[in-house]
Amino acid sequence: MSATTETSATTAPRNGYAVRDRRTRLTRGVTYALLSLGLLITTAPFLWMGLSAFKTPQDLSASPPVWIPTEWTLANFSKLFDLLDVRLYFFNSVLVAVFVTLCNLLFCSMLGYALAKLNFAGKKVIFGVVMAALMVPGNLMLMPKFVMMSKMNLIDTYAALILPFAAGAFGVFLMRQFMSTVPDELLEAARVDGAREWYIFWRIVIPQVKPALATLSIFVFLGSWNNFLWPLVATNDAGKYTLPVALATFATDPTKANGSNGVLMAGAFLVVLPVLAVFIVLQRYFTQSIATAGLK
Amino acid sequence: MAFPIVATLVMSFTDFGLRNVTNPFDAKFIGLENYSKLFGDEQFLQALFNTGYFVVLGVPLTIGSGLLAAVLLNSGIERFRTFFRVGFYAPVVTAIVAVAVVWRFVLDPSEGLIAGLAREVGLTAPDFLGSELLAMPSLIAMAVWRNMGTAMVLFLAGLQAIPTEVREAAKLDGAGAFQEFRRITVPLLRPTMLYVTVMTTIGFLNVFEEPFVMTNGGPSDSTLTVSLLMYREGFNFFHMGYASSMAYTLFVIILAVTLLQLRLLKDKTK
Repeated sequence: MSATTETSATTAPRNGYAVRDRRTRLTRGVTYALLSLGLLITTAPFLWMGLSAFKTPQDLSASPPVWIPTEWTLANFSKLFDLLDVRLYFFNSVLVAVFVTLCNLLFCSMLGYALAKLNFAGKKVIFGVVMAALMVPGNLMLMPKFVMMSKMNLIDTYAALILPFAAGAFGVFLMRQFMSTVPDELLEAARVDGAREWYIFWRIVIPQVKPALATLSIFVFLGSWNNFLWPLVATNDAGKYTLPVALATFATDPTKANGSNGVLMAGAFLVVLPVLAVFIVLQRYFTQSIATAGLK
Repeated sequence: MAFPIVATLVMSFTDFGLRNVTNPFDAKFIGLENYSKLFGDEQFLQALFNTGYFVVLGVPLTIGSGLLAAVLLNSGIERFRTFFRVGFYAPVVTAIVAVAVVWRFVLDPSEGLIAGLAREVGLTAPDFLGSELLAMPSLIAMAVWRNMGTAMVLFLAGLQAIPTEVREAAKLDGAGAFQEFRRITVPLLRPTMLYVTVMTTIGFLNVFEEPFVMTNGGPSDSTLTVSLLMYREGFNFFHMGYASSMAYTLFVIILAVTLLQLRLLKDKTK
Protein backbone atom coordinates (compact mmCIF):
# COMPACT_ATOMS: atom_id res chain seq x y z
CA MET A 1 0.00 0.00 0.00
CA SER A 2 2.41 2.61 -1.15
CA ALA A 3 -0.21 5.29 -1.70
CA THR A 4 -0.81 5.63 2.02
CA THR A 5 2.70 6.82 2.62
CA GLU A 6 2.37 9.76 0.33
CA THR A 7 1.59 13.19 1.60
CA SER A 8 -1.05 15.68 0.72
CA ALA A 9 0.93 17.33 -2.05
CA THR A 10 0.77 14.31 -4.32
CA THR A 11 -2.59 12.93 -3.27
CA ALA A 12 -4.59 16.07 -3.77
CA PRO A 13 -3.81 16.87 -7.36
CA ARG A 14 -4.56 20.33 -8.59
CA ASN A 15 -6.47 20.12 -11.79
CA GLY A 16 -4.52 22.55 -13.89
CA TYR A 17 -7.17 22.74 -16.53
CA ALA A 18 -10.10 23.15 -14.17
CA VAL A 19 -11.30 26.70 -14.07
CA ARG A 20 -11.71 27.89 -10.53
CA ASP A 21 -15.11 29.39 -11.03
CA ARG A 22 -17.63 30.39 -8.40
CA ARG A 23 -18.98 26.90 -8.11
CA THR A 24 -15.71 25.30 -7.06
CA ARG A 25 -15.18 28.10 -4.58
CA LEU A 26 -18.61 27.40 -3.13
CA THR A 27 -17.89 23.65 -2.90
CA ARG A 28 -14.63 24.47 -1.18
CA GLY A 29 -16.44 26.69 1.30
CA VAL A 30 -18.99 23.98 2.10
CA THR A 31 -16.20 21.42 2.46
CA TYR A 32 -14.33 23.58 4.96
CA ALA A 33 -17.53 24.40 6.83
CA LEU A 34 -18.42 20.72 7.22
CA LEU A 35 -14.87 19.79 8.23
CA SER A 36 -14.76 22.59 10.80
CA LEU A 37 -18.06 21.48 12.27
CA GLY A 38 -16.73 17.93 12.52
CA LEU A 39 -13.52 19.15 14.11
CA LEU A 40 -15.53 21.15 16.64
CA ILE A 41 -17.46 18.01 17.61
CA THR A 42 -14.39 15.78 17.89
CA THR A 43 -12.28 18.22 19.88
CA ALA A 44 -14.88 19.92 22.10
CA PRO A 45 -14.97 17.12 24.70
CA PHE A 46 -11.16 17.24 24.99
CA LEU A 47 -11.12 21.01 25.40
CA TRP A 48 -13.92 20.79 27.92
CA MET A 49 -11.97 18.14 29.83
CA GLY A 50 -8.65 19.98 29.72
CA LEU A 51 -10.15 23.29 30.80
CA SER A 52 -12.50 21.87 33.42
CA ALA A 53 -9.61 20.14 35.14
CA PHE A 54 -8.31 23.59 36.10
CA LYS A 55 -11.63 25.11 37.18
CA THR A 56 -12.89 26.07 40.61
CA PRO A 57 -16.20 24.54 41.83
CA GLN A 58 -17.88 27.88 41.07
CA ASP A 59 -16.76 27.78 37.43
CA LEU A 60 -17.71 24.11 37.12
CA SER A 61 -21.31 24.72 38.08
CA ALA A 62 -21.56 28.12 36.44
CA SER A 63 -24.51 28.80 34.20
CA PRO A 64 -24.09 29.58 31.34
CA PRO A 65 -21.09 27.25 31.13
CA VAL A 66 -17.66 28.83 31.38
CA TRP A 67 -15.05 27.59 28.90
CA ILE A 68 -11.96 29.42 30.11
CA PRO A 69 -11.57 29.20 33.89
CA THR A 70 -12.02 32.64 35.50
CA GLU A 71 -9.49 31.48 38.04
CA TRP A 72 -6.98 28.75 37.20
CA THR A 73 -6.48 26.26 40.00
CA LEU A 74 -4.60 23.03 40.62
CA ALA A 75 -6.95 22.10 43.47
CA ASN A 76 -8.57 19.33 41.41
CA PHE A 77 -5.21 17.69 40.81
CA SER A 78 -4.09 17.88 44.42
CA LYS A 79 -7.43 16.44 45.53
CA LEU A 80 -7.05 13.67 42.95
CA PHE A 81 -3.56 12.85 44.23
CA ASP A 82 -4.93 12.74 47.79
CA LEU A 83 -7.71 10.33 46.86
CA LEU A 84 -5.84 8.22 44.33
CA ASP A 85 -2.25 7.02 44.20
CA VAL A 86 -1.82 8.35 40.67
CA ARG A 87 1.97 7.95 40.64
CA LEU A 88 1.69 4.23 41.38
CA TYR A 89 -0.99 3.64 38.71
CA PHE A 90 0.98 5.63 36.21
CA PHE A 91 4.05 3.53 36.98
CA ASN A 92 2.02 0.32 36.66
CA SER A 93 0.59 1.35 33.31
CA VAL A 94 3.99 2.33 31.93
CA LEU A 95 5.68 -0.81 33.21
CA VAL A 96 3.04 -3.12 31.75
CA ALA A 97 2.90 -1.29 28.42
CA VAL A 98 6.69 -1.27 28.02
CA PHE A 99 7.07 -4.96 28.79
CA VAL A 100 4.13 -5.97 26.62
CA THR A 101 5.62 -3.97 23.75
CA LEU A 102 9.11 -5.45 24.15
CA CYS A 103 7.73 -9.00 24.35
CA ASN A 104 5.64 -8.46 21.23
CA LEU A 105 8.56 -7.03 19.28
CA LEU A 106 10.69 -10.06 20.15
CA PHE A 107 8.20 -12.93 19.93
CA CYS A 108 6.10 -11.67 17.03
CA SER A 109 9.14 -11.02 14.88
CA MET A 110 10.63 -14.44 15.71
CA LEU A 111 7.41 -16.30 14.95
CA GLY A 112 6.76 -14.08 11.97
CA TYR A 113 10.22 -14.92 10.60
CA ALA A 114 9.67 -18.65 11.06
CA LEU A 115 6.30 -18.46 9.31
CA ALA A 116 7.59 -16.30 6.47
CA LYS A 117 11.01 -17.75 5.73
CA LEU A 118 11.54 -21.18 7.26
CA ASN A 119 10.16 -24.55 6.30
CA PHE A 120 9.15 -26.91 9.07
CA ALA A 121 6.51 -29.50 9.85
CA GLY A 122 3.24 -28.02 11.09
CA LYS A 123 3.90 -24.56 9.66
CA LYS A 124 0.52 -24.42 7.97
CA VAL A 125 -1.25 -25.51 11.14
CA ILE A 126 0.48 -22.84 13.21
CA PHE A 127 -0.34 -20.16 10.68
CA GLY A 128 -3.95 -21.36 10.69
CA VAL A 129 -4.09 -21.05 14.47
CA VAL A 130 -2.67 -17.51 14.27
CA MET A 131 -5.29 -16.53 11.69
CA ALA A 132 -8.06 -18.05 13.79
CA ALA A 133 -6.83 -16.26 16.90
CA LEU A 134 -6.89 -13.03 14.91
CA MET A 135 -10.64 -13.33 14.50
CA VAL A 136 -11.47 -14.48 18.01
CA PRO A 137 -12.53 -11.63 20.26
CA GLY A 138 -10.46 -11.30 23.43
CA ASN A 139 -13.56 -11.36 25.61
CA LEU A 140 -14.19 -14.95 24.65
CA MET A 141 -11.07 -16.08 26.46
CA LEU A 142 -11.66 -14.09 29.61
CA MET A 143 -12.83 -16.95 31.83
CA PRO A 144 -10.23 -19.60 30.96
CA LYS A 145 -7.48 -16.98 31.06
CA PHE A 146 -8.58 -15.99 34.54
CA VAL A 147 -8.65 -19.61 35.72
CA MET A 148 -5.21 -20.25 34.22
CA MET A 149 -3.76 -17.19 35.89
CA SER A 150 -5.24 -17.99 39.26
CA LYS A 151 -4.06 -21.62 39.04
CA MET A 152 -0.56 -20.24 38.48
CA ASN A 153 -1.09 -17.89 41.43
CA LEU A 154 -0.49 -14.90 39.20
CA ILE A 155 -3.63 -12.87 39.93
CA ASP A 156 -2.60 -9.47 41.28
CA THR A 157 0.88 -9.67 39.77
CA TYR A 158 2.44 -7.77 36.89
CA ALA A 159 2.95 -11.12 35.16
CA ALA A 160 -0.83 -11.56 34.90
CA LEU A 161 -1.06 -8.22 33.12
CA ILE A 162 1.86 -8.89 30.77
CA LEU A 163 1.93 -12.61 29.91
CA PRO A 164 -1.48 -12.92 28.17
CA PHE A 165 -0.48 -10.14 25.79
CA ALA A 166 3.18 -11.10 25.28
CA ALA A 167 2.62 -12.29 21.72
CA GLY A 168 -0.47 -11.13 19.90
CA ALA A 169 -1.81 -12.85 16.79
CA PHE A 170 -2.05 -9.50 15.08
CA GLY A 171 1.66 -8.85 15.61
CA VAL A 172 2.66 -12.26 14.29
CA PHE A 173 0.52 -11.73 11.22
CA LEU A 174 1.90 -8.24 10.63
CA MET A 175 5.53 -9.36 10.97
CA ARG A 176 4.98 -12.35 8.75
CA GLN A 177 3.49 -10.15 6.03
CA PHE A 178 6.38 -7.72 6.15
CA MET A 179 9.07 -10.38 6.36
CA SER A 180 7.67 -12.19 3.34
CA THR A 181 8.72 -9.18 1.28
CA VAL A 182 12.41 -9.57 2.21
CA PRO A 183 14.03 -11.22 -0.85
CA ASP A 184 14.97 -14.89 -0.33
CA GLU A 185 18.19 -14.33 -2.30
CA LEU A 186 19.48 -12.16 0.51
CA LEU A 187 19.03 -14.96 3.03
CA GLU A 188 20.42 -17.58 0.65
CA ALA A 189 23.54 -15.52 0.06
CA ALA A 190 24.10 -15.22 3.80
CA ARG A 191 23.55 -18.96 4.27
CA VAL A 192 26.08 -19.72 1.55
CA ASP A 193 28.54 -17.47 3.38
CA GLY A 194 27.99 -19.64 6.43
CA ALA A 195 25.78 -17.31 8.49
CA ARG A 196 23.81 -18.91 11.31
CA GLU A 197 20.01 -18.62 11.39
CA TRP A 198 20.15 -16.30 14.38
CA TYR A 199 22.58 -13.98 12.59
CA ILE A 200 20.36 -13.91 9.50
CA PHE A 201 17.32 -13.09 11.57
CA TRP A 202 19.01 -10.44 13.69
CA ARG A 203 21.39 -8.78 11.21
CA ILE A 204 19.61 -9.17 7.87
CA VAL A 205 15.89 -9.52 8.32
CA ILE A 206 15.25 -7.27 11.33
CA PRO A 207 16.90 -4.18 9.79
CA GLN A 208 14.69 -4.64 6.72
CA VAL A 209 11.45 -4.59 8.67
CA LYS A 210 12.06 -1.61 10.94
CA PRO A 211 8.93 0.24 9.73
CA ALA A 212 6.85 -2.80 10.66
CA LEU A 213 8.46 -2.87 14.09
CA ALA A 214 7.54 0.79 14.56
CA THR A 215 3.95 0.08 13.54
CA LEU A 216 3.79 -2.85 15.90
CA SER A 217 5.20 -0.80 18.80
CA ILE A 218 2.61 1.93 18.32
CA PHE A 219 -0.25 -0.54 18.17
CA VAL A 220 0.80 -2.69 21.05
CA PHE A 221 1.78 0.15 23.37
CA LEU A 222 -1.48 1.97 22.71
CA GLY A 223 -3.51 -1.21 23.13
CA SER A 224 -1.84 -1.94 26.43
CA TRP A 225 -2.11 1.61 27.74
CA ASN A 226 -5.84 1.73 26.95
CA ASN A 227 -6.63 -1.88 27.87
CA PHE A 228 -9.33 -2.19 30.44
CA LEU A 229 -11.32 -5.41 30.75
CA TRP A 230 -8.45 -7.82 31.42
CA PRO A 231 -6.61 -5.63 33.97
CA LEU A 232 -9.98 -5.11 35.67
CA VAL A 233 -10.47 -8.86 35.96
CA ALA A 234 -6.88 -9.77 36.79
CA THR A 235 -6.36 -7.32 39.65
CA ASN A 236 -8.22 -7.16 42.94
CA ASP A 237 -5.39 -5.53 44.82
CA ALA A 238 -5.55 -1.78 44.20
CA GLY A 239 -1.73 -1.69 44.29
CA LYS A 240 -1.60 -3.40 40.88
CA TYR A 241 -4.30 -1.35 39.14
CA THR A 242 -3.41 0.28 35.85
CA LEU A 243 -4.51 3.87 35.23
CA PRO A 244 -7.74 3.07 33.35
CA VAL A 245 -8.81 0.54 36.01
CA ALA A 246 -8.03 3.00 38.78
CA LEU A 247 -9.89 5.79 37.02
CA ALA A 248 -12.92 3.62 36.23
CA THR A 249 -13.12 2.24 39.76
CA PHE A 250 -12.81 5.76 41.11
CA ALA A 251 -15.37 7.21 38.70
CA THR A 252 -17.98 4.52 39.28
CA ASP A 253 -17.70 4.54 43.08
CA PRO A 254 -20.25 7.11 44.27
CA THR A 255 -18.58 7.42 47.69
CA LYS A 256 -15.25 8.47 46.20
CA ALA A 257 -15.63 10.85 43.30
CA ASN A 258 -18.92 12.03 44.75
CA GLY A 259 -19.95 14.12 41.82
CA SER A 260 -16.73 16.09 41.83
CA ASN A 261 -16.46 16.56 38.11
CA GLY A 262 -13.34 18.69 38.42
CA VAL A 263 -11.42 15.85 40.08
CA LEU A 264 -12.68 13.37 37.49
CA MET A 265 -11.60 15.64 34.66
CA ALA A 266 -8.17 15.97 36.26
CA GLY A 267 -7.96 12.16 36.28
CA ALA A 268 -9.12 11.79 32.68
CA PHE A 269 -6.70 14.54 31.69
CA LEU A 270 -3.76 12.61 33.15
CA VAL A 271 -4.78 9.40 31.36
CA VAL A 272 -5.38 11.07 28.02
CA LEU A 273 -2.58 13.65 27.95
CA PRO A 274 0.51 11.42 27.44
CA VAL A 275 -1.12 9.47 24.63
CA LEU A 276 -2.52 12.56 22.98
CA ALA A 277 0.85 14.34 23.17
CA VAL A 278 2.71 11.40 21.65
CA PHE A 279 0.02 11.09 19.01
CA ILE A 280 0.25 14.72 17.95
CA VAL A 281 4.04 14.51 17.66
CA LEU A 282 4.03 11.21 15.77
CA GLN A 283 0.67 11.59 14.05
CA ARG A 284 1.92 10.69 10.58
CA TYR A 285 3.22 7.35 11.74
CA PHE A 286 0.03 6.61 13.64
CA THR A 287 -2.41 7.11 10.81
CA GLN A 288 -0.07 5.48 8.31
CA SER A 289 0.38 2.41 10.43
CA ILE A 290 -3.36 1.99 10.95
CA ALA A 291 -3.84 2.16 7.22
CA THR A 292 -0.97 -0.19 6.34
CA ALA A 293 -1.95 -2.69 8.99
CA GLY A 294 -5.53 -2.62 7.80
CA LEU A 295 -4.93 -3.00 4.12
CA LYS A 296 -1.83 -5.14 3.99
CA MET B 1 -3.72 -19.64 21.61
CA ALA B 2 -6.21 -22.31 20.62
CA PHE B 3 -6.46 -23.61 24.16
CA PRO B 4 -8.63 -20.88 25.70
CA ILE B 5 -11.03 -21.04 22.74
CA VAL B 6 -11.68 -24.72 23.38
CA ALA B 7 -11.61 -24.18 27.15
CA THR B 8 -14.42 -21.62 26.99
CA LEU B 9 -16.53 -24.05 24.97
CA VAL B 10 -15.91 -26.85 27.49
CA MET B 11 -16.62 -24.53 30.43
CA SER B 12 -19.91 -23.49 28.89
CA PHE B 13 -21.15 -27.09 29.30
CA THR B 14 -20.29 -27.18 33.02
CA ASP B 15 -21.50 -25.65 36.28
CA PHE B 16 -18.10 -23.97 36.74
CA GLY B 17 -18.31 -21.77 39.85
CA LEU B 18 -16.10 -19.99 42.34
CA ARG B 19 -14.77 -23.16 44.01
CA ASN B 20 -13.69 -24.49 40.59
CA VAL B 21 -11.26 -21.63 40.14
CA THR B 22 -8.98 -23.57 42.49
CA ASN B 23 -10.20 -27.01 41.39
CA PRO B 24 -11.15 -26.66 37.72
CA PHE B 25 -11.59 -30.38 37.15
CA ASP B 26 -14.29 -30.75 39.81
CA ALA B 27 -16.76 -28.85 37.64
CA LYS B 28 -19.68 -31.04 36.62
CA PHE B 29 -20.85 -31.50 33.04
CA ILE B 30 -24.42 -30.34 32.75
CA GLY B 31 -24.78 -30.56 28.97
CA LEU B 32 -26.76 -27.79 27.37
CA GLU B 33 -28.35 -26.59 30.60
CA ASN B 34 -26.53 -23.22 30.52
CA TYR B 35 -27.70 -22.59 27.00
CA SER B 36 -31.32 -23.51 27.67
CA LYS B 37 -31.24 -21.28 30.75
CA LEU B 38 -29.66 -18.50 28.68
CA PHE B 39 -32.47 -18.29 26.17
CA GLY B 40 -35.07 -18.15 28.91
CA ASP B 41 -33.14 -15.47 30.78
CA GLU B 42 -34.93 -12.18 30.20
CA GLN B 43 -31.92 -10.16 31.26
CA PHE B 44 -29.76 -11.89 28.64
CA LEU B 45 -32.35 -11.37 25.94
CA GLN B 46 -32.52 -7.71 26.91
CA ALA B 47 -28.71 -7.52 26.70
CA LEU B 48 -28.78 -9.19 23.30
CA PHE B 49 -31.37 -6.70 22.09
CA ASN B 50 -29.38 -3.75 23.47
CA THR B 51 -26.17 -4.96 21.82
CA GLY B 52 -28.04 -5.34 18.54
CA TYR B 53 -29.46 -1.81 18.89
CA PHE B 54 -25.96 -0.47 19.56
CA VAL B 55 -24.54 -2.22 16.48
CA VAL B 56 -27.40 -1.56 14.05
CA LEU B 57 -27.39 2.17 14.73
CA GLY B 58 -23.73 2.68 15.66
CA VAL B 59 -21.94 0.86 12.83
CA PRO B 60 -23.64 2.61 9.87
CA LEU B 61 -23.25 6.00 11.58
CA THR B 62 -19.55 5.36 12.24
CA ILE B 63 -18.92 4.21 8.69
CA GLY B 64 -21.02 6.99 7.18
CA SER B 65 -19.33 9.78 9.11
CA GLY B 66 -15.89 8.25 8.54
CA LEU B 67 -16.54 8.02 4.81
CA LEU B 68 -17.87 11.58 4.68
CA ALA B 69 -14.81 12.92 6.49
CA ALA B 70 -12.48 10.96 4.20
CA VAL B 71 -14.20 12.13 1.02
CA LEU B 72 -14.14 15.76 2.21
CA LEU B 73 -10.46 15.52 3.12
CA ASN B 74 -9.69 13.94 -0.23
CA SER B 75 -11.66 16.44 -2.30
CA GLY B 76 -8.64 18.48 -3.29
CA ILE B 77 -8.28 20.78 -0.32
CA GLU B 78 -4.70 21.41 0.71
CA ARG B 79 -4.81 23.78 3.62
CA PHE B 80 -5.27 22.35 7.14
CA ARG B 81 -5.63 18.79 5.86
CA THR B 82 -3.30 17.34 8.48
CA PHE B 83 -4.89 19.55 11.11
CA PHE B 84 -8.35 18.10 10.43
CA ARG B 85 -7.07 14.56 10.15
CA VAL B 86 -5.32 14.78 13.51
CA GLY B 87 -8.42 16.25 15.13
CA PHE B 88 -10.72 13.58 13.75
CA TYR B 89 -8.38 10.79 14.73
CA ALA B 90 -7.56 12.02 18.25
CA PRO B 91 -10.51 10.29 19.97
CA VAL B 92 -9.32 6.91 18.66
CA VAL B 93 -6.00 6.96 20.52
CA THR B 94 -7.47 7.89 23.88
CA ALA B 95 -8.55 5.35 26.50
CA ILE B 96 -12.27 4.56 26.31
CA VAL B 97 -12.46 4.74 30.09
CA ALA B 98 -11.14 8.30 30.13
CA VAL B 99 -13.36 9.54 27.32
CA ALA B 100 -16.36 7.80 28.89
CA VAL B 101 -15.69 9.75 32.09
CA VAL B 102 -15.46 12.94 30.05
CA TRP B 103 -18.67 12.22 28.16
CA ARG B 104 -20.49 11.45 31.36
CA PHE B 105 -19.61 14.97 32.45
CA VAL B 106 -20.51 16.51 29.07
CA LEU B 107 -23.95 14.86 29.32
CA ASP B 108 -24.43 15.64 33.02
CA PRO B 109 -27.89 17.16 33.58
CA SER B 110 -26.74 19.84 36.03
CA GLU B 111 -23.09 20.77 35.35
CA GLY B 112 -22.75 19.28 31.87
CA LEU B 113 -21.76 21.14 28.74
CA ILE B 114 -24.88 20.25 26.77
CA ALA B 115 -27.19 21.12 29.65
CA GLY B 116 -25.41 24.47 30.06
CA LEU B 117 -25.62 25.29 26.35
CA ALA B 118 -29.29 24.31 26.31
CA ARG B 119 -30.03 26.59 29.28
CA GLU B 120 -28.43 29.45 27.44
CA VAL B 121 -30.98 29.22 24.65
CA GLY B 122 -33.79 28.68 27.12
CA LEU B 123 -34.16 24.91 26.85
CA THR B 124 -33.83 22.20 29.44
CA ALA B 125 -31.55 19.37 28.41
CA PRO B 126 -32.84 15.94 29.37
CA ASP B 127 -30.99 13.68 31.80
CA PHE B 128 -29.41 11.73 28.93
CA LEU B 129 -27.87 8.87 30.89
CA GLY B 130 -30.69 8.68 33.42
CA SER B 131 -33.37 8.14 30.82
CA GLU B 132 -34.27 4.68 29.54
CA LEU B 133 -35.04 6.14 26.16
CA LEU B 134 -31.96 8.32 25.73
CA ALA B 135 -29.20 6.40 27.52
CA MET B 136 -28.47 4.02 24.64
CA PRO B 137 -28.51 6.69 21.91
CA SER B 138 -26.07 8.67 24.09
CA LEU B 139 -23.69 5.72 24.27
CA ILE B 140 -24.03 5.26 20.51
CA ALA B 141 -23.20 8.93 19.92
CA MET B 142 -20.07 8.55 22.01
CA ALA B 143 -19.03 5.35 20.25
CA VAL B 144 -19.50 6.97 16.83
CA TRP B 145 -17.48 9.96 18.00
CA ARG B 146 -14.67 7.72 19.18
CA ASN B 147 -14.51 5.24 16.28
CA MET B 148 -15.18 7.45 13.31
CA GLY B 149 -11.46 8.32 13.03
CA THR B 150 -10.43 4.72 12.35
CA ALA B 151 -12.94 4.43 9.52
CA MET B 152 -11.79 7.80 8.17
CA VAL B 153 -8.10 6.83 8.05
CA LEU B 154 -8.86 3.54 6.32
CA PHE B 155 -11.17 5.17 3.78
CA LEU B 156 -8.60 7.87 3.15
CA ALA B 157 -6.00 5.22 2.35
CA GLY B 158 -8.52 3.49 0.09
CA LEU B 159 -9.40 6.74 -1.69
CA GLN B 160 -5.77 7.60 -2.26
CA ALA B 161 -5.22 4.21 -3.86
CA ILE B 162 -7.73 5.05 -6.59
CA PRO B 163 -5.64 6.13 -9.60
CA THR B 164 -6.15 9.76 -10.59
CA GLU B 165 -6.30 8.66 -14.26
CA VAL B 166 -9.56 6.86 -13.58
CA ARG B 167 -11.08 9.96 -12.04
CA GLU B 168 -9.84 12.19 -14.83
CA ALA B 169 -11.17 9.83 -17.48
CA ALA B 170 -14.57 9.98 -15.80
CA LYS B 171 -14.43 13.78 -15.70
CA LEU B 172 -13.50 13.95 -19.39
CA ASP B 173 -16.48 11.75 -20.14
CA GLY B 174 -18.61 14.35 -18.44
CA ALA B 175 -19.27 12.75 -15.06
CA GLY B 176 -20.46 15.13 -12.33
CA ALA B 177 -19.23 15.01 -8.76
CA PHE B 178 -22.08 12.78 -7.62
CA GLN B 179 -21.75 10.40 -10.57
CA GLU B 180 -18.03 10.19 -10.00
CA PHE B 181 -18.67 9.28 -6.37
CA ARG B 182 -21.30 6.68 -7.22
CA ARG B 183 -19.63 5.09 -10.25
CA ILE B 184 -15.95 5.39 -9.41
CA THR B 185 -15.38 5.95 -5.71
CA VAL B 186 -17.94 3.56 -4.24
CA PRO B 187 -17.08 0.50 -6.38
CA LEU B 188 -13.32 1.00 -6.06
CA LEU B 189 -13.67 1.47 -2.33
CA ARG B 190 -15.42 -1.86 -1.88
CA PRO B 191 -12.49 -3.78 -0.32
CA THR B 192 -11.92 -0.98 2.18
CA MET B 193 -15.63 -0.84 2.91
CA LEU B 194 -15.66 -4.56 3.60
CA TYR B 195 -12.73 -4.38 5.97
CA VAL B 196 -14.06 -1.32 7.83
CA THR B 197 -17.54 -2.82 8.15
CA VAL B 198 -16.30 -6.15 9.49
CA MET B 199 -13.84 -4.63 11.98
CA THR B 200 -16.27 -1.97 13.24
CA THR B 201 -19.06 -4.50 13.67
CA ILE B 202 -16.87 -6.89 15.65
CA GLY B 203 -15.73 -4.03 17.89
CA PHE B 204 -19.28 -2.79 18.46
CA LEU B 205 -20.62 -6.28 19.22
CA ASN B 206 -18.09 -6.52 22.05
CA VAL B 207 -19.11 -3.19 23.60
CA PHE B 208 -18.21 -3.09 27.28
CA GLU B 209 -16.39 -0.01 28.61
CA GLU B 210 -18.94 2.60 27.59
CA PRO B 211 -21.87 1.15 29.56
CA PHE B 212 -19.55 0.04 32.38
CA VAL B 213 -18.32 3.56 33.08
CA MET B 214 -21.23 5.70 31.94
CA THR B 215 -24.38 3.89 33.05
CA ASN B 216 -23.41 0.55 34.60
CA GLY B 217 -26.02 -1.01 32.34
CA GLY B 218 -28.85 1.15 33.64
CA PRO B 219 -31.32 2.71 33.92
CA SER B 220 -33.30 -0.53 34.37
CA ASP B 221 -31.00 -2.55 32.09
CA SER B 222 -31.58 -0.28 29.09
CA THR B 223 -27.82 -0.17 28.34
CA LEU B 224 -26.91 -3.64 29.58
CA THR B 225 -24.82 -5.31 26.86
CA VAL B 226 -23.86 -8.95 26.42
CA SER B 227 -20.22 -8.32 27.41
CA LEU B 228 -21.23 -6.37 30.50
CA LEU B 229 -23.65 -9.09 31.62
CA MET B 230 -20.99 -11.71 30.95
CA TYR B 231 -18.53 -9.78 33.09
CA ARG B 232 -21.04 -9.53 35.93
CA GLU B 233 -22.02 -13.20 35.82
CA GLY B 234 -18.42 -14.34 35.49
CA PHE B 235 -16.58 -12.02 37.85
CA ASN B 236 -19.13 -10.59 40.28
CA PHE B 237 -21.08 -13.80 40.86
CA PHE B 238 -18.44 -16.26 39.57
CA HIS B 239 -21.03 -18.17 37.52
CA MET B 240 -18.23 -18.90 35.08
CA GLY B 241 -19.91 -21.78 33.27
CA TYR B 242 -22.93 -19.61 32.61
CA ALA B 243 -20.78 -16.63 31.60
CA SER B 244 -18.87 -18.90 29.19
CA SER B 245 -22.10 -19.85 27.46
CA MET B 246 -22.79 -16.12 26.97
CA ALA B 247 -19.29 -15.57 25.61
CA TYR B 248 -19.76 -18.44 23.17
CA THR B 249 -23.16 -17.27 22.04
CA LEU B 250 -21.69 -13.84 21.33
CA PHE B 251 -18.79 -15.48 19.48
CA VAL B 252 -21.14 -17.46 17.26
CA ILE B 253 -23.13 -14.30 16.53
CA ILE B 254 -19.94 -12.44 15.62
CA LEU B 255 -18.88 -15.29 13.35
CA ALA B 256 -22.27 -15.43 11.64
CA VAL B 257 -22.45 -11.66 11.15
CA THR B 258 -18.91 -11.56 9.77
CA LEU B 259 -19.58 -14.37 7.30
CA LEU B 260 -22.80 -12.69 6.23
CA GLN B 261 -20.99 -9.40 5.65
CA LEU B 262 -18.22 -11.11 3.69
CA ARG B 263 -20.90 -12.65 1.48
CA LEU B 264 -22.97 -9.53 0.98
CA LEU B 265 -20.10 -7.13 0.38
CA LYS B 266 -17.99 -9.47 -1.72
CA ASP B 267 -16.85 -8.11 -5.04
CA LYS B 268 -19.38 -9.65 -7.41
CA THR B 269 -17.48 -8.70 -10.52
CA LYS B 270 -14.68 -11.15 -9.80
